[in-house]
Amino acid sequence: MPDMDTITPLRPATGAQLLAGLRGLLMPHRLIMLALALTGLAAMVTQMDWSWLPAYLPRLWGGLLTTLWMLAGSVILGFALALPLGVVQVIGPRPLRWLASGFCTVVRGTPLLLQLWLLYYGLGSLFAAYPVIRETWAWPYLREAWPYGLLALTISFAAYEGEVMRGAFAGVPNGELEAARAFGMSPRKVFFRVWLPRAVHRALPVLTGEIILQLKSTPLIATIAVADLYAIVTRVRQATLLTYEPLLLLAGIYLCLSAILTIALRWLEGRMPSGG
Amino acid sequence: MTRILAALAVATGLATPAMAEVMKVGVSAEPYPPFYTPDASGEWTGWEVDFMHEMCARIGEECEVTPIAWEGIIPALNTGKIDMIVGSMSITPARAEQISFSDKYYDTPTGLIVAKGSKYGNSPEALEGAIIGAQSGSIQQVYAEKYYGDVAGQIRVYQTLDEELQDLAAGRLDAVIGDALAMDPFINSDQGQACCEYLGAVQNDPDVLGYGVGVGLRKDDTELLGRMNAAIAEIRTDGTYAKLAEPWFNIDIYGE
Amino acid sequence: MFQSIDFGLLALNSPGWGGALLAGFWRSIQLAAGGYALGIVIGILGAVAKLYGGRVSRDLAEIYTMTIRAVPELVLMLIFYYAGTDLLNRLMGLFGAGGIDVNGLAAGILVIGLVQGGYTTEVIRAAILAVPRGQIEAAHSFGMSPMRVMRRITLPAMLPHAIPGMANLWMIATKDTALLAVIGFSELTLVTKQAAAATREYFLFFIAAGLLYLILTLGSNVVLRLFERHARRGMVAPR
Repeated sequence: MPDMDTITPLRPATGAQLLAGLRGLLMPHRLIMLALALTGLAAMVTQMDWSWLPAYLPRLWGGLLTTLWMLAGSVILGFALALPLGVVQVIGPRPLRWLASGFCTVVRGTPLLLQLWLLYYGLGSLFAAYPVIRETWAWPYLREAWPYGLLALTISFAAYEGEVMRGAFAGVPNGELEAARAFGMSPRKVFFRVWLPRAVHRALPVLTGEIILQLKSTPLIATIAVADLYAIVTRVRQATLLTYEPLLLLAGIYLCLSAILTIALRWLEGRMPSGG
Repeated sequence: MTRILAALAVATGLATPAMAEVMKVGVSAEPYPPFYTPDASGEWTGWEVDFMHEMCARIGEECEVTPIAWEGIIPALNTGKIDMIVGSMSITPARAEQISFSDKYYDTPTGLIVAKGSKYGNSPEALEGAIIGAQSGSIQQVYAEKYYGDVAGQIRVYQTLDEELQDLAAGRLDAVIGDALAMDPFINSDQGQACCEYLGAVQNDPDVLGYGVGVGLRKDDTELLGRMNAAIAEIRTDGTYAKLAEPWFNIDIYGE
Repeated sequence: MFQSIDFGLLALNSPGWGGALLAGFWRSIQLAAGGYALGIVIGILGAVAKLYGGRVSRDLAEIYTMTIRAVPELVLMLIFYYAGTDLLNRLMGLFGAGGIDVNGLAAGILVIGLVQGGYTTEVIRAAILAVPRGQIEAAHSFGMSPMRVMRRITLPAMLPHAIPGMANLWMIATKDTALLAVIGFSELTLVTKQAAAATREYFLFFIAAGLLYLILTLGSNVVLRLFERHARRGMVAPR
């Protein structure tokens, strides 16, 4: 069945693969391909119009930071939400279980763009309709666009990750939990000392791929006027009216971001104690 | 091989031969009433759509409205996705480097709307700290960045003017800079009357705000350019222009 | 606010937007199905290149899948949208075939298909690897040509292994069509936004569109599960 657990092939290349790839670069045909690629790059640099780049560098940097903040924020908040979503689907009372799995199904079954627009245009204009809300401390934030972007990204990440966590919680061998109980641990302790850490550990390899997928979703927030990397490049496109240059730069930046993130996350994963 | 591919593509209805074709007229996929907007049945209507059909009839071409995201409409023209732009595109020096323009067929000032009783005014100094909305890829966005970039609290870039006006009404924006004609229906609506006030046209800067609205064409389509200019001149002189504008506007939109 | 919702706005005929919404929905399905099918063609070619291809084609396939998996779909779609038809036209011009005017639907399918192809390559590659080597070797030893082995043995045998991944990709394809709204395709999401903006009924239209997407994803889920059961017949149940 279509389930996020089954999409292992979608994972980005691992760090080890990348390293092996670097070593393999020295094969003759690869050297030729590399030379061709470098020639292509040189042609791009010299033949295409990059005169706009210096003027936009500070703004691009700002956009990059916004993108990374939205990514980090939505991953942390989303993961925090995913834990209860996963637990409830395994041991929760039936109504809660239905609620959680219904939430995951609806969010995963509809496009993120639609959810984003529903939140920003629908929910956002609803807030504004009540003058009471305009008086509160929250209004300066509710006026901004980014909270809605963060919320939509968080919900989406929580739904996908909640499904992963459900599998991870269910996959912790029963024997380990029984052993913990046999040691006289309270149910609370069993959960926090054994079940939760084991489940999170099982979910980690999938998490890396999910974070890359999340990075790839962030440009959507540009459609609600958040000035992320994509939005800045869109402004460059309009200001310069160039077709390819800004888009190619954007693709290059995301390519680098994905590679750096993948290597960093693999490194982190390697440093995690294997926990038995 | 290419022949076979081409024949296959044509046969499967995915592509049509370039000859004997329908002219694809690009408008922005983001509705821009009262110039062009899709109605509930999916048909594009508006003054500019009427005007476009009139022009096409005079040059003897069959035309079809093709919506394209505004931010990519010039690349779409230059890569051949559309054959011309009749989408309220102002003639500016920057755009004229990429595409050619026909003579102008209407002209309208750029104006500023703020919330009723707002402390902001119609000058860069009077907009200090304001959150200003502008449409992505519009001359107004360029203007806002040039004149308000340093003083404004934030310039927020939207896909459509309509979204900006809704956010202004909702209090999420302090000011909106936009085409005065396009903002007119909102200003005169109940919602607009209740929430907002029009501050009038901004200080003109033709280098940014352009020299009226023209048909956008590929640079090498000089023959088509000549026919379009002739058609526009004809529509102007024989009284059709006034007839076309009458259902949509109560002022003369050609400018001086 | 909910009591004031006018459900008449969803009527099929103008001034109701229901008809426009359904037309957009049909466009989305066409785009998803076409892109998915193109993705399968690219995926089979890519997987074969990765598994049986020479060094160069293997590397090229690797670069393709890596790029697809690292760059946001939205950015890829924009690049493919402009570059794809631009290059096609120039290529045709080079061979003297004259310009070809690729219509919107075809461009959308091309864009979705190229993105899908990267993922499909990985799914099919993994599925082919899951086919016991002996089956393929046996076919070779019977003197079947490589093409025939592919057609008669490898592809049918890998099908059950590919289905879960392919089912997931179908879900992704249906949702990815929404991104075409940003480029300006009149598919369900863009029509919904236009309807919502024209009527100011954001909740009504966005929720209606959400339901349509859910019907599509949940409905195809059921069909895919039946298909999986069919393809898995005669196999040992997993686990």
